[in-house]
Amino acid sequence: MSAPVTTDDQTASGLHRSADSAIGTIRRGLQLSPEFAQGLGLTLLFAVVATVGKVIVPIAVQQVIDAGIGAADGGPDIDFVVGTVSLCAVLLAITMVCSYLMNVRLYRATESGLATLRRKAFRHVHDLSVLTQNSERKGALVSRVTADVDQISTFMQWGGILLIVSSGQLLIATALMTVYSWQLTLLVWVSFLPLLFGVRWLQRLLSRAYLGVRERTGDMLGAIGETVMGAAIIRAHATEERTAQRIDTTVLATRRAQVKAQRLSMAVSPFAELVAAMGNAAVVVVGVLLGIGGDITPGELVAFLFLMNLFVQPMMMATEIFNEAQNAIAGWRRVLGVLDTAPDIADPGEGGRELPRGPVEVRFEGVSYAYPEGPTVLDGIDEKIAPGTRVAVVGETGSGKTTFVKLLTRLMDPAAGQVLLDGVDLREVAFSSLRTRVVMVPQEGFLFDSSLGDNIRFARPGAGDAELEAAIVELGLADWLHSLPHGLDTPVGQRGESLSAGERQLVALVRAYVADPDLLVLDEATSAVDPDTEVRIQRALDRLTHGRTSVAIAHRLSTAEAADEVFVFDNGRIVQRGTHADLVGQPGVYADLYASWERSSA
Amino acid sequence: MSLGSTNNEPGKGRGMFRRGMRVLWVAMRSEPWVFAVAVAGASLHAAVTVGSASVLGHITDTIILPAFAEGRTTAAALATAAALLLAVGAAKALGLGARRLFAGLMQFRMQARYRRSVARKYLRLPLAWHHRHPTGQLLSNANADVEAAWQPLAPLPMAIGSLFMLAVAAVAMVVTDPVLALIAFVVFPVLAAANVAFQRRVAPLATRAQALRAHVSEVAHESFDGALVVKTLGREDTETQRFTESAHRLRDAQISVGRMRAMFDPVMEALPNFGVLAVLLIGMWRLSNGAVAAGDLVQFAYLFTLLTLPIRSFGWILGDLPRSVVGWDRVQKVLTADGAMRYGEERIDGHGGVRLTVRGVSFSYEDGHTSDGAGRDLADAPADTDAPRTTVLRDVDFDIAGGHTIAIVGPTGSGKSTLTTLLMRLVDPDTGTVSYAGTDVRELAKGEIARVAALVPQSTFVFEDTVRGNITLGADVDDSEVWEALRLARADSFIAALPDGLDTRLGERGTSLSGGQRQRLALARAVVRRPRLLILDDATSAVDPQIEAQILAGLRDTDLAATVVVVAYRRATIELADEVLYMEQGTVRDRGAHRDLLQRSPGYRRLVTAYERAAAERANEAAGETAGETAGTDRVAVDLDRAGSAERPSGGAPYGAADDIDTAEEIVR
Repeated sequence: MSAPVTTDDQTASGLHRSADSAIGTIRRGLQLSPEFAQGLGLTLLFAVVATVGKVIVPIAVQQVIDAGIGAADGGPDIDFVVGTVSLCAVLLAITMVCSYLMNVRLYRATESGLATLRRKAFRHVHDLSVLTQNSERKGALVSRVTADVDQISTFMQWGGILLIVSSGQLLIATALMTVYSWQLTLLVWVSFLPLLFGVRWLQRLLSRAYLGVRERTGDMLGAIGETVMGAAIIRAHATEERTAQRIDTTVLATRRAQVKAQRLSMAVSPFAELVAAMGNAAVVVVGVLLGIGGDITPGELVAFLFLMNLFVQPMMMATEIFNEAQNAIAGWRRVLGVLDTAPDIADPGEGGRELPRGPVEVRFEGVSYAYPEGPTVLDGIDEKIAPGTRVAVVGETGSGKTTFVKLLTRLMDPAAGQVLLDGVDLREVAFSSLRTRVVMVPQEGFLFDSSLGDNIRFARPGAGDAELEAAIVELGLADWLHSLPHGLDTPVGQRGESLSAGERQLVALVRAYVADPDLLVLDEATSAVDPDTEVRIQRALDRLTHGRTSVAIAHRLSTAEAADEVFVFDNGRIVQRGTHADLVGQPGVYADLYASWERSSA
Repeated sequence: MSLGSTNNEPGKGRGMFRRGMRVLWVAMRSEPWVFAVAVAGASLHAAVTVGSASVLGHITDTIILPAFAEGRTTAAALATAAALLLAVGAAKALGLGARRLFAGLMQFRMQARYRRSVARKYLRLPLAWHHRHPTGQLLSNANADVEAAWQPLAPLPMAIGSLFMLAVAAVAMVVTDPVLALIAFVVFPVLAAANVAFQRRVAPLATRAQALRAHVSEVAHESFDGALVVKTLGREDTETQRFTESAHRLRDAQISVGRMRAMFDPVMEALPNFGVLAVLLIGMWRLSNGAVAAGDLVQFAYLFTLLTLPIRSFGWILGDLPRSVVGWDRVQKVLTADGAMRYGEERIDGHGGVRLTVRGVSFSYEDGHTSDGAGRDLADAPADTDAPRTTVLRDVDFDIAGGHTIAIVGPTGSGKSTLTTLLMRLVDPDTGTVSYAGTDVRELAKGEIARVAALVPQSTFVFEDTVRGNITLGADVDDSEVWEALRLARADSFIAALPDGLDTRLGERGTSLSGGQRQRLALARAVVRRPRLLILDDATSAVDPQIEAQILAGLRDTDLAATVVVVAYRRATIELADEVLYMEQGTVRDRGAHRDLLQRSPGYRRLVTAYERAAAERANEAAGETAGETAGTDRVAVDLDRAGSAERPSGGAPYGAADDIDTAEEIVR
């Protein structure tokens, strides 16, 4: 199938866009799921038998009419008919069994193969860097392991079987028809050929129409989604009517696109009917004329008409098969697009180095960073953090402090220079080692839809409830835990939304603490927590992580006051470094920040 | 979308069938004309299809066989044959076209109709209802469930046409030869029975597979949503494990569905073929008796092959019915949900800040906990059961004079955010009243609250719309006022720097903003409405302190003269207020001027002076003294705050805050 697929998705710069041909895509797709190929030979053999079996009945009809009924003048040849019918019955039974076996094997092979493909793609998404992950809508990433794979599955189990069987059917019907009469066969092909081309043309229009449907549906779901996710703000500002109108627009646009696509897709069947009728008429007329010439028997002519049915079906199905095939190839391309994207932040793998446990020393050597096609956000950072130091990172929005932290945790790699942990370039550290020694708490700590305990346990699977409770108590949050209606079993809801924003941050902190890292990185991890709780956690962390290295982006400068050292960022550079007491005394960025902080909080 | 909610076993035989028919009946009544045309087309197609067998038999008997026997034919005979066949083809094409076109039209119209109803219902239902239902489920109600409900409409006209076709065929066969017709009366009922038996067995499996498919998608969604946490904690392996388990369950379910289908398809195909063989065998006997002509045999055989497909259309309908009924039920649950907020007729006159009175307000929410810890299927439970409830607010009493500013201060989870949603009447209290200028907010006319008050929540929802659209939300406001509001929210400079200014599209598909920028956008959205009551729920938490100070100064200096309720932790914000309301565990513990509270309320003092105390303790430690373990002795109890539910995280769009981690960098893509 050399369908020139018009790529329909706007893959963002982050993910690889496959330029493979359709054949190449299928080949690579099959390679990725070895289950597809296992025992394929036998499956195809069954398929051939199953397909050949479709001509049994037309042949039986022909044989009985010609040889059984018309043979002896004295009447039907009973023995012959009984023999033929019995033989055909046996053959039919064999066909049935083969067809069953073919189906079962196909289902098993495709489902197993697709499950493998899903797993690989899913894993790969997690292996991609944060930057690549964020270049796509989350929903689009999800569809690459769900809907796109389902599309392949639909094709393989429905379209694929149909494609094999239909092509076989066309071939066998043609072969058999040729045996009866090559002239009539030629006639049939001539009348159907234009339809075949027409179908290809139509199908191209159709794939554009379906793209339209997908886009409109996406807009519609987005609009409906806003009524649910923006429920509070819509009510607060009483914009229900406007929202309803926005939805109506998208719903109606979707309907229009659907009807348009439907009009195209249904058009082929009536045409095929007309063509078939013309073919039928031509065959009858020419067949009778040939019969008079003695080139064909009446039974053969009738059988021919039956065989034509075998011919019409695949033609009617052709648009839909082509369509499914195209969808499947597009789906495969999108899945391959994920797998072909080399993670720009890769695990060094086998050669990765393990870091021994203990306080971490951090060194930045000539580190610069710029987002792809963006301005430089971090420029020439040369700093060293001694083991066991508590560092606070401060600076205005856009000063580069978040980038600094992302480089430190290897969510990104520097464009120039290197980040060293205990003297080892981060890029050489095995992820398994890196992620146990370095843990970051992001500002919005994501929670999974399960219990509080499960969410904390995420950092250390296998930890018992007692351990978790102990951790919470150590962080000074025992009262909070006891105030929850079901303690560790309290459900947190989707994305943790049954808890308040501050409580979600508490969970994320406990989770990081349970992970027991040697370098703890906090990215405004307590911004929604009340000051008293924040201070208590801060003190508990200081005590508990004593001797460990920690780096905290400080939104509230109280964190900076407590730190051993403060890094002050401005415009992509560290402009000041020192203790709070030192920095606050000298004129500069920090003193300005602190003055404003004082004004707002003290 | 949860596995639990698909537990309503679909395959309950006749009951399911009856319910399915009732669903389809709704569609027939809604679109009678479209349906009639589709059925007419289907019937035409069916009649002609059956007729075509007689035509073929007729042509065989009167034209083909005589011609072969006599060795000659006439042009007239051939022209008749050709014309007959062409006419049959044309009629079939017409019927087929009409059937498919109008069946599709009906399906899409019903989908659109119900999607609009569901979405409008979402807009009407109160926020409390929304809180009881997971987002994913509501989205799938409007999408997958509506689709499933109307899925059988596509094959329905064909099935009705097929019934018609079967009846015609039965008559045709009985008329031709009752004995041969007997074969059909054996084969086709067996076919139908096989169909029903298959659907009975496969439907529950297919429904299960569908639920598992949804589960795979949920796992992927959640896992990719939390990608940053997965990555930073190095949990890729366990997540992949979790996903693989889900994918394998789906695989196994699909294979068991496949096994059934693998058996069904060949049987359905072979049965009519065996019928044809039987026709040949018995037909030959009838032929030798002279009871039938050879043409009759051909016609019978042809009919048998023709009827296979229509019979299968019943199977398609039966297969779709259970999903259709489940989808319909879920859609109906939304459409029939009551509890829409009731509004009164009152309006608030005058200018300037409104007086706000809160009397004896309590609020609780239904507990989502279940024994297995997974929790949360409140969705399908009626809202008013005696389920345990968790109290968030208790006997809250206060009032604010018009034009005054009050700060609400309290530990994490003390019910502050919930209180703001009550003030805005996003939810109604269990007991007590909230009044504006002496009028209970429940007495106010629809839209009146939004005209008077504006809330800026903790996290900002950004619509997929332009900056202008996101600020005006359809209100009739000119650009100069929009810019004025942006200036007040200190958002004018970054908006001006966007490529298309006010016309820049925001949301997941557009430009993404940092947390602080989103908050400033939300602030502009509120002030552009010139509210007389402004409620800020920690609305500047992600804004730099300097900018926040400018914003607060700006708010103070405007001619808005609004009453302001501000939830805050920062001193500067608190000091801006005329009075402070100190909350703990869902109740107002104290109220008064900041200085007074500092003196008399230990909890408040602890909260507000936390930073100074910490600094002092550090100084003590530095001075070599042993600092007392103050933190250990007087912990402030932090109770549970369901405010979270009023603060659904609402990043750019559906699947959340792709730009979370870029917060400080303000990357504009």
